[in-house]
Amino acid sequence: MDAVLDNLDVFVEGFTTTVSLTLLAAVGALVLGTLIAAMRVSPVPPLRWVGAAYVTLVRNTPLTVVFFLVVFGLPEVDVILSFYRFAVVALSLYTAAFVAEAVRSGINSVAAGQAEASRSVGMTFGQTLRLVVLPQAFTNIIPPLASIFIALLKNTSIAYAFGVFEGTQAMNQLVNANGADVIAIIAAAAFIYLALALLASALFGLLERTVTASR
Amino acid sequence: MTTPVLYDVQGPKARRRVLVSSLVGALVLLALGALVLQRLADNEQLDYEKYEPFLTEPLLYERLFEALQNTLIAAVYALVLATVLGIVLAFGRLSQRWFIRLPAVAVVEFFRGVPLLLLILFFFLAFPLAFDVELPALWSLVLGLTLYNGAVIAEIVRAGVLAIPKGQTEAASAIGLGRGPTLRIVLLPQALRIMLPALISQLVVLLKDTSLGFVIGYAELLRTGGQLVQVLDNPIQLYLAIALIYVVINYGLSLLARWVEGRQRRKTGPGSAAPLSQLATGVDPGASAGLGGPR
Repeated sequence: MDAVLDNLDVFVEGFTTTVSLTLLAAVGALVLGTLIAAMRVSPVPPLRWVGAAYVTLVRNTPLTVVFFLVVFGLPEVDVILSFYRFAVVALSLYTAAFVAEAVRSGINSVAAGQAEASRSVGMTFGQTLRLVVLPQAFTNIIPPLASIFIALLKNTSIAYAFGVFEGTQAMNQLVNANGADVIAIIAAAAFIYLALALLASALFGLLERTVTASR
Repeated sequence: MTTPVLYDVQGPKARRRVLVSSLVGALVLLALGALVLQRLADNEQLDYEKYEPFLTEPLLYERLFEALQNTLIAAVYALVLATVLGIVLAFGRLSQRWFIRLPAVAVVEFFRGVPLLLLILFFFLAFPLAFDVELPALWSLVLGLTLYNGAVIAEIVRAGVLAIPKGQTEAASAIGLGRGPTLRIVLLPQALRIMLPALISQLVVLLKDTSLGFVIGYAELLRTGGQLVQVLDNPIQLYLAIALIYVVINYGLSLLARWVEGRQRRKTGPGSAAPLSQLATGVDPGASAGLGGPR
């Protein structure tokens, strides 16, 4: 137990990186995922195909393989970033596929009358999507988005294998330094992850209540 | 797939516009593709020697096949153990006694909310240090996968049991069955049938997660790929090939899940089986926003 309390600063440093990785990758995934979802519902067939292909390919590939492709593949074509940025890229690319699916099902859940009404007042496809359908779609998909981002939080632990000093790496170094307290250290890391997940879940719950109340 | 609610049935003008934007869109995508290819060519990634091993090295396929076997072995062990654990946990959670129900709830929520890698590292790092038992990498991986997927499958089983019409339970108690036998011989067999598509979807997740074995040195596809890359020096090509193996297997499995689900829906009428597969992917609105979610 002492090993945990004496090294709280190591945990704080590690999990700060976990949180920042999660937030950056969440923004990246949200932007890319929404773009892909928009492609998938567009009237232009080639965009639809590419969007569908991206979702199918990425969803069926393990995140670790995406990591390997990004971390070892990109330097081959002279794209050299820090491991931290590589991790953000890999996590964003992977999570975007799940966000795209959620957004698409959100778009499909918006009542057809909404899109028809916007067309009847003369809105174009882009306007319909941007001003009428997507805002309603996003309020519908807050729960699935919450589970996607909580999964993302847990997935950041894979960055540990690529030399990013985040929560799991902090845990690993403490284990190596204090072998006797290994169970306490791993349990502490597990409960921090759990606390972060619960916090995220509570924030999304709050967001959902705020959004539904304002309607 | 896409319901064309977002745009009208197209007249001649709109059709022309869609055609034009299709061409423009296709051109933009082609241009992007060309840029990528250019970049690859500039860095000698399209040279024959990067692909040569795939054509001339039977040993490469031998190694990959061996690795694929290791991946599948881990996945099958973990699936079997996780299903057993999942059923036990689901029964615990459905129990009417609080001192069984509450621990089951805690266990399920804990293992769903913790990164899988942490569970695997727990078996890999903590067991040798704490209990002086050296676990082989395969078992660290399998046990980690079992705990996480067991918790997820517990939720699938619970949803499956709860989806069965109440009349079944009532009929069972009418013929004098207790709570346990009712669950075991009446509800579970029917639940297993309903939850089969969700279980197959979970197998996709599980199979993907076996790749975490590379962290602890288990010779599955990714680990073996890493070793091969050191000799062949073609990371992009080789890791893409490995990604392709996963995509083919997993896509096949998701098709199977969809087929099973469609067959069930035709047999039992719409609605009864649908929500379960969504529970596993977690991306459809209304699915439970637990701490698990898609991986």
